[in-house]
Amino acid sequence: MRCMVIVKATAESEAGVMPDQELLAAMGKFNEELVKAGVMLAGEGLTPSARGARVTFVGKERHVVDGPFAETKELVAGFWLWQVKSMDEAIAWVRRCPNPMEGESVIEIRPVFEADDFGEAFTPELRAQEERLRAQLDRTAG
Amino acid sequence: MSMTDTHRAIDAVWRIESARLIAGLVRMLRDVGLAEELAQDALVTALEQWPQTGVPDNPGAWLMTTARHRAIDRLRRHKLVERKHEQLVHEWERQHESAEAVAERTLDDPFGDDLLRLIFTACHPLLSMEARVALTLRLLGGLSTDEIARAFLVPEATIAQRIVRAKRSLAKSEVAYEVPRGEELATRLVAVLGVIYLIFNEGYAATAGDDWMRPGLCEDALRLGRVLAGLMPREPEVHGLVALMEIQASRSRARTDAHGEPILLLDQNRALWDRLLIGRGLAALEQARRLGGELGPYALQAAVAACHARAATAAQTDWPRIAALYAVLARVAPSPVVELNRAVAVGMADGAAEGLALVDALGDEPSLRNYHLLPAVRGDLLARLGRGEEASREFERAASLTRNRREQAMMRERARACR
Repeated sequence: MRCMVIVKATAESEAGVMPDQELLAAMGKFNEELVKAGVMLAGEGLTPSARGARVTFVGKERHVVDGPFAETKELVAGFWLWQVKSMDEAIAWVRRCPNPMEGESVIEIRPVFEADDFGEAFTPELRAQEERLRAQLDRTAG
Repeated sequence: MSMTDTHRAIDAVWRIESARLIAGLVRMLRDVGLAEELAQDALVTALEQWPQTGVPDNPGAWLMTTARHRAIDRLRRHKLVERKHEQLVHEWERQHESAEAVAERTLDDPFGDDLLRLIFTACHPLLSMEARVALTLRLLGGLSTDEIARAFLVPEATIAQRIVRAKRSLAKSEVAYEVPRGEELATRLVAVLGVIYLIFNEGYAATAGDDWMRPGLCEDALRLGRVLAGLMPREPEVHGLVALMEIQASRSRARTDAHGEPILLLDQNRALWDRLLIGRGLAALEQARRLGGELGPYALQAAVAACHARAATAAQTDWPRIAALYAVLARVAPSPVVELNRAVAVGMADGAAEGLALVDALGDEPSLRNYHLLPAVRGDLLARLGRGEEASREFERAASLTRNRREQAMMRERARACR
């Protein structure tokens, strides 16, 4: 299974405070371990939300809002995509991660949807079939 | 943490640590069977103690320390102390450093030499292919005997037997615990890559999802491949194999329809291909290229797979390039199947007549006599040349050679359409 491992933002990360050398080195070592174990598929750090933007959808309307955004603890400061055997393995790896921030911080683990999670109803073939059926019904009705 | 939480946590720690633990123990004990047994013993101890004490900060070192203590106890108790072991025990006792420090030192293997030794040992040519696969999944993939058995659809006892026998043969022939060097490295590496690719294909070929364990083998193989690429970054074929597996795995979502029936490559919905895996595959292929030298068979197959991956639609496929790659592959690793693939690519790139000439050259190849894809390809080329009668006969023949009912139906349908 795949997991997205999300490092939550803090006041410091939102203020653009860069990690010190010690943390960078520790993170580098941790990342290396992840790669060596064949776990890491991808990973990136994100700039503060001040450099980001949001697009909100209301019905058919779209509104663009520039950062920064207020709810700091809910923001994402970085992420990995991991290939693991189980949630437990992902948790075991996160436990080994150095604290990514100074002071208190949170890392959230979210399994990526697998094909099976969607159930049969969501396969593109069935969806296509349903569309054909609907088109047919429309014709009959029309 | 509750009891079950701790057990699950221990399971996860085992997944992460077992290969390194066993690899380190084999270096100390020079015995794969004993090393694995002691690692298991340490795991059992963890299952007993961690629910009370919690998971230690450095679980790997904890397991190693425990396994070492077990080793000393057992060697004593069973009075099995041969000279080499006796020396070992003395040495361990003389050391004044803390057990944890020793354990850390044993696990601290910056170049992954222990792991590499273990990989080469598990894939040793003196073992049967089946034994190599089982041992590799067990020792390096951290899979249980039961999991391996389910993945290969055989009884658990069979796998257990296989592993026991494999360990015995390794012990009996006193296989050196080392990474081969020089010329031997090349041939032994071929064996290692072969085992990993076989595991991958075992999972990849399983289109019917009766048991999730089979597709799981793809992930196990990919992980082993990635680990190996980290351990042997200068070996182009390791990257070649990883590239091939990443790109093939990228299509897994598009390979079957809603009923689990296979969908051919050119008919697949490319929007379902996994871009992340394609990107990783292309990067691994680039790595293999950058290391220089002629591309090996895996890298060449990966290069073909990359041509398909890069094409946004089936019509945009770079067939001349694929034909050229198959020409090189036919020289590097000649086989009738490669030649048949080359014929398909040439047929697409240069025209059906050129493809047909290559297929006809394969006509009486004995290893393809019962291979349904030979008449299927020939039929397709003949149909494109407007030779319907002959094409129809070839499709009929293809239908009679395959046991897959869907393929049979498809071939019969094509046979009818050509008449």
